[in-house]
Amino acid sequence: MLGISGWSCWLAYIFCILSTILCVIYGIAMWNRGAEAEIIR
Amino acid sequence: MVWTIFGVIIYLLIIAYLGYRGWRVTATTADYLIAGREVHPYVMATSYGATFISTSAIIGFGGAASLFGMGILWLTWMNVFFGIFVAFVLFGKRTRRLGHVLDAHTFPELLGRRYQSTFIQGFSGIVIFLFMPIYAAAVLIGISRFIEVYLHIPYAVVLLAFSLILAMYVILGGLKGVMYTDAFQGTIMLITMVILLIYTYILAGGVISAHQSLTDMAYLVPEKLAKLGHRGWMEMPRLGSRYWWILISTITCGVGIGVLAQPQLVVRFMTVKRDRELNRAVLFGSIFILAMTGIAFTVGSLTNVIFYKAFGKISLAMAGGNIDKVIPLYIGKIMPSWFGTLFLLAMLAASMSTLSSQYHAGGTSLGRDFFEKGIGGEMIERGERTVFVTRLGIALSILLCIIFSLIFSPNMIAVATAIFFGLCGATFLPSFVFGLYWKGMTRAGAVTSILGGFIASMIWMGFFHAKEAHALGIAKHLFGRSTLAGFPWTVIDAQFIALPISFILAVMVSLFTGKLADKHIQKCWKYL
Repeated sequence: MLGISGWSCWLAYIFCILSTILCVIYGIAMWNRGAEAEIIR
Repeated sequence: MVWTIFGVIIYLLIIAYLGYRGWRVTATTADYLIAGREVHPYVMATSYGATFISTSAIIGFGGAASLFGMGILWLTWMNVFFGIFVAFVLFGKRTRRLGHVLDAHTFPELLGRRYQSTFIQGFSGIVIFLFMPIYAAAVLIGISRFIEVYLHIPYAVVLLAFSLILAMYVILGGLKGVMYTDAFQGTIMLITMVILLIYTYILAGGVISAHQSLTDMAYLVPEKLAKLGHRGWMEMPRLGSRYWWILISTITCGVGIGVLAQPQLVVRFMTVKRDRELNRAVLFGSIFILAMTGIAFTVGSLTNVIFYKAFGKISLAMAGGNIDKVIPLYIGKIMPSWFGTLFLLAMLAASMSTLSSQYHAGGTSLGRDFFEKGIGGEMIERGERTVFVTRLGIALSILLCIIFSLIFSPNMIAVATAIFFGLCGATFLPSFVFGLYWKGMTRAGAVTSILGGFIASMIWMGFFHAKEAHALGIAKHLFGRSTLAGFPWTVIDAQFIALPISFILAVMVSLFTGKLADKHIQKCWKYL
């Protein structure tokens, strides 16, 4: 798969991409969340 | 060469301008120590990433990838998943809120105020101040040697000029100056690495063709490496072999977990105003880290394909057995000359962004945490002259780093980096994690965990883990042998031993010692 023979290396390659996609989706989904000085007060 | 020097001058002028801007907008202690808690998410994420990634990550670990192959991508996964997602989502938001509630300006101050202990703040501060310059020296030696070879300038001249430029904008501009320049430097690094990946895949005939070529080269693994567990660049080393332990314990877990408790990175969480900025930073940070380590490791592995096609040799043979030379050789012999200039700027950016944060963290640890608020609190008038004392701390941190850089040999780069990462993980991680998530963690538990983790790390690195034990020579001096145990203990990273000890001490001692006052715990948990 993808020219990578070792299953562990293939998994590492895929996991790197999937983890980044997870972070990107999280960043987009939460883009306007968490907006709600209060602590200081 | 003329274009290279022109590029470097333009780059340094932009750095000087951004450092000046940082100085202009620094008015308060909070501005100087935590950038006024109002940093843009792109600046925060890029600064976090650029601080995290130094020349050793690209040249050192890229070279290691040419030896170990694609299995080293497990470290990239750790960097993205733990270094970004877990760090920002699970630790970052709580760190930011707790930092606000406790009015903490540094990582040791956060721990000290969470456990109401000036000892924790002072001890953490002095550990960071003493060991940060060792890690910084590793980065400084790396970039100085690189420039020495590339621009033919004497090593000592590069080292001093580099330190002087950094001193100017770190001492004057504080964390605002550091983060503005980091964002610019991170952008240069990102563009350079993306070009490097695309060019390499094109040279190797496309993604799948490149991977297939590397897979098909397994028969070229030298006999000597095969005995150590090497099975080809698209396979993990043989389970339980020397190479497997080095790849899993030292490279993947040692760096992948150690990053979670790096003081110069944790303080970044306290520089933003709201959780929203951290949510957005997850997006920018993950792409940045994937582009840095993922590309460095992929290209490092694929240099074997390109070198074999061009010269009939694998990377290790091309570099004469020194893996630190693989990436510079690849840039010099394979990539076009214009890219050489861009890569030099990217390496300048990578090292300067890491060094500036190391100096800032080292300086604040001595000035703010040790002298002003911690152990040496009586030595100066409390609450006064924070910025002055911190600036003095940064200057001392830089001086210490220069001394180490002139004393250390080039082969100390990897050792110095491993010492700092291992030490931070085992010393600070349990107190940091439980401080954010466990109300039952006690002051005694935190103190025992910090001291236990520190001592266990030092003992393991001094007497058992071969890489540091050989370099330090303590065991050799005391017992006449460089390590006190045989394989596999000599290749198991200190964090594998010291971190569990530190966690166990934190839990066990906390279960049997007096809790912190309810009022203090309620205050800490008000926004967690």
